[in-house]
Amino acid sequence: MSRLNDANLAVAKETIARYPRVKSALIPVLHLAQEQDGYVSTEAMAHIAELMGLTPAEVYGTASFYEMFKFEPVGRYCINVCTNISCQLVGGWELLEHAEEALGIKAGSTTPDQMFTLEDVECIAACTEAPALQVNYRYRNKVTPAQFDAMITALRAGELVDEFPPHGTLSRIRQGLPENWADTGRTAQAEVDAR
Amino acid sequence: MSEETSTDLGDLIEDSEPEAETSDVAPEPEPDPGVAVTINGRVHSARPGQLVIDACADAGAFVPHFCYHPRMSPVGMCRQCLVEVDGPRGPMMVVSCMTPVAEGQVVNTATPSVKRAQEGVLELLLANHPLDCPVCDKGGECPLQDQAFSHGPGESRYLEEKRHYEKPIPISDLVYLDRERCILCDRCTRFADEVAGDKLIHFISRGNDTQVMTFPDEPFASYFSGNTVQICPVGALTAKPYRFKARPWDLEQVESTCTTCSVGCRTVIQSSRDELLRYQGVDSEPVNWGWLCDRGRFGFESANSDQRLAVPLIQTDAGLEATSWSAAMSTATELFTEALNRSGPSGIAILGGARGTNEDAFAWARLADRLGVTRRDPQLADGLAAQILNRPRATIAEAAHAKTVILLGPDLKEELPVLFLRIRDAAEKRRSRILEFSPMETGMTRYAWRSERYEPGFAATAVRSSLADPEIASQIAAGDVVVVVGRQNLAESDAVTLAALDAIIAAAPAAKVLPVLRRGNVMGALQMGLAPRSAESEASQILHAAADGHIDLLVLLGADPLADCPDAELARRALAGARRVISVDTFLTSSTAHADLVLPAAAYGEKAGTTTNLEGRITPVTAKVTVHGTARPDWMVAVDLAARLDQDLGFNDLAGITAEIAATVEGCEELEALSAGRATGTGRDGILVSVVVPEISRASTEVTERISYDYRLVVSRKLYDNATNTQMAPSLAPLAPGPCITVNPMDLTRIGAEEGTQVKVIGARSATVLTLAASTAVPRGLAWVPFNQPGGAISEVIDLDTTVTDVRIERL
Repeated sequence: MSRLNDANLAVAKETIARYPRVKSALIPVLHLAQEQDGYVSTEAMAHIAELMGLTPAEVYGTASFYEMFKFEPVGRYCINVCTNISCQLVGGWELLEHAEEALGIKAGSTTPDQMFTLEDVECIAACTEAPALQVNYRYRNKVTPAQFDAMITALRAGELVDEFPPHGTLSRIRQGLPENWADTGRTAQAEVDAR
Repeated sequence: MSEETSTDLGDLIEDSEPEAETSDVAPEPEPDPGVAVTINGRVHSARPGQLVIDACADAGAFVPHFCYHPRMSPVGMCRQCLVEVDGPRGPMMVVSCMTPVAEGQVVNTATPSVKRAQEGVLELLLANHPLDCPVCDKGGECPLQDQAFSHGPGESRYLEEKRHYEKPIPISDLVYLDRERCILCDRCTRFADEVAGDKLIHFISRGNDTQVMTFPDEPFASYFSGNTVQICPVGALTAKPYRFKARPWDLEQVESTCTTCSVGCRTVIQSSRDELLRYQGVDSEPVNWGWLCDRGRFGFESANSDQRLAVPLIQTDAGLEATSWSAAMSTATELFTEALNRSGPSGIAILGGARGTNEDAFAWARLADRLGVTRRDPQLADGLAAQILNRPRATIAEAAHAKTVILLGPDLKEELPVLFLRIRDAAEKRRSRILEFSPMETGMTRYAWRSERYEPGFAATAVRSSLADPEIASQIAAGDVVVVVGRQNLAESDAVTLAALDAIIAAAPAAKVLPVLRRGNVMGALQMGLAPRSAESEASQILHAAADGHIDLLVLLGADPLADCPDAELARRALAGARRVISVDTFLTSSTAHADLVLPAAAYGEKAGTTTNLEGRITPVTAKVTVHGTARPDWMVAVDLAARLDQDLGFNDLAGITAEIAATVEGCEELEALSAGRATGTGRDGILVSVVVPEISRASTEVTERISYDYRLVVSRKLYDNATNTQMAPSLAPLAPGPCITVNPMDLTRIGAEEGTQVKVIGARSATVLTLAASTAVPRGLAWVPFNQPGGAISEVIDLDTTVTDVRIERL
């Protein structure tokens, strides 16, 4: 719902400066916007276009190519249940149906408390572990309905935070950057060096 | 209905292969002898580097295609142009728009396997296409429809539900998008990116969901958006002014030249039931490459306006009242006789003539000659001095091929949009380096190699100091320089522009000049004899003389000094001071309202003749529809008037005028052939003539330094303004941005007002109220105001007799 905040703006500028071609920074900066709001807002895309000397349509065009960028608010946890062939053979559909009933929503929508967004996905390359699902793009394998319910209960209780960081933060977590990284004023390289 | 040359729609407009570069166009080296390729069993000599699809077309073998467009880079999106090429591993299916020719290549475009491949692609392209041809504007001239018949399988195996989208959705004020019909050929998005540089439409999403779309709430507000409608190979993009107005088979068309500005783009004018309905760009190699700006494309709406003048009007005690032509012409004759009797020919002045044809201008100039009237000027003190127009002139092609293009003019994107496209193309393809001198950022700045700022009044100083820069000096020293020069700032004397050009010429004596002129036929009007020959004949002096009561009869030939003269106060005093005013115009304008006699004129599309563009290129304009009401072309009024005044002009009709021009005007010897040939074949390129205009010396300029709390005014035109032909076109009128004064954001605090508030702009003579805006495009200490916007007149504070205009800006 907003442009990049001051801390993220500084990070964005630092990120852009790292690439010989400005355009190359587009995806990392979009991740930054998604981390800030949980999704990529229209205002953030316009802001990014301004920062990078692109038109907003170019930013939107690139961002919308990627399924993992969201353009509307999603839940804190985005749950993707695989319904492709391997998972389907061992209960992927049933797992998805169970998830819909357990969460009280249809696939493609978000719970009223903004905790969960449920999606069905095509193959997520975990055929040996079918039926598989992802929570914020981290895997849970060979999931039974009971396991699913337990996971939901734990997530609602505020557990499993280490395993499943909030939606939109994965890009930062994967780089091992602390939550308050944007506020530290340190460059990403400096963070890595510090470790 | 007027005469016409009917030509196949597709042949004129769409996809016709651009002619090979002609000799006046090609400073590039002569290409090597052809590449021998065998196309469908016959040896054909192709140009090196040519694409197979073009070579096939040259050899007479049409290859079906949708995404390929000869003026844009090939992308191979639609896959329709598959042909078979024999390779080392046997025949191979290749995409002919992505494959260059090679010596000894064997190409087959019609084998059974090619046919099967093309049918397969078409079946897939049609899988999601709604086939709503009966209600589609494109139906009848649709490449998808045509090629589905000629190269399609005839039947579809696709039984599933087609993709559905909301249809159609407006993506700008002028263009609608129907995503169901779209075949994702990338033509419109490529045009927006490659040609126009307005990347406001883009492919959004991926795979089956891919669609052309704008950013949310950011419309496709490009000055060139109409071109995407013309090049769309399906009915996905439609233009609001034409939607559901006609079917292609009901349209009649003639080829003509657009006279909206001085670029002179080639067009076809299409009408149905004697009403103008659509203009399309025609690919003219030396001029417009098939593109048009939206103002030129949709401006025809004004000719259809019900506010057009249909009958002559005469001033009475009760205001302007309708009268007959015979009564009006008797009055006109009386007004001329009276003026001649009172003070002789020096009491008569003719302003304007740059909106008509060469024939109009020639007839009026001949009448003026016969009467001894020397006060005449087709420009309204907003144009260029003869010293600039007489410099060795560049063609558009020369400008687009020059090593260095020096821009010393207004924002080309706003004034001459299609010239902007040509120069931008030259810069983007890295053939040319653009050196821009401008008081503020323009649409060209981002493509410029160097963009130099200066404060109005000091252009020559800025030019001299920039040319002293070693890097710039060596670039200029390499030669091949074209200077595109025009009035950057209507709040600044034209002597400043002249001095700056002189400074450039001093450094680059061989540089050629391309003059930026706003009105369509300034060059022609000047050449045909309406050019002022002495200082007192210039528009500014005519207006002064009128204001001082020395003009008994002022004739306005499509001129609206109140709106177009940079100094509104002078224009107002002139119209009030002139004893009598005759106006020949298509509409009642602010100026014609003051006239004693108003004669309705024929508009573009209603009269034949020729026009001369900024290069000095004469091309035909063609009549397509019957004139509105009883309107007459300007030349007819001059001829009639001459007869009534017992003057022999030497001609009585259009053919006579053309013959007389051919006989008497230098360089126009072939005018009759051009007019008779009516714009086919090489006639499309017209005749290039050199226009020599009498030079009138300019006093050297003295510029005072700006007092620090003042702002120096930059006044320039936007594409859409309060011009009558824009305001009378319902689709274009709302696009005028309106009046505002823009300063640098850092100056806002100095003014003590925020963006969007009303401020008082105080000049030496008078003040006006405008909305305040801020942009970093404007340097500190300057203030930019668009000229002649509806609802605001900056011309109130401009004084023609001062070199620059400084204003104070105060909170209300």
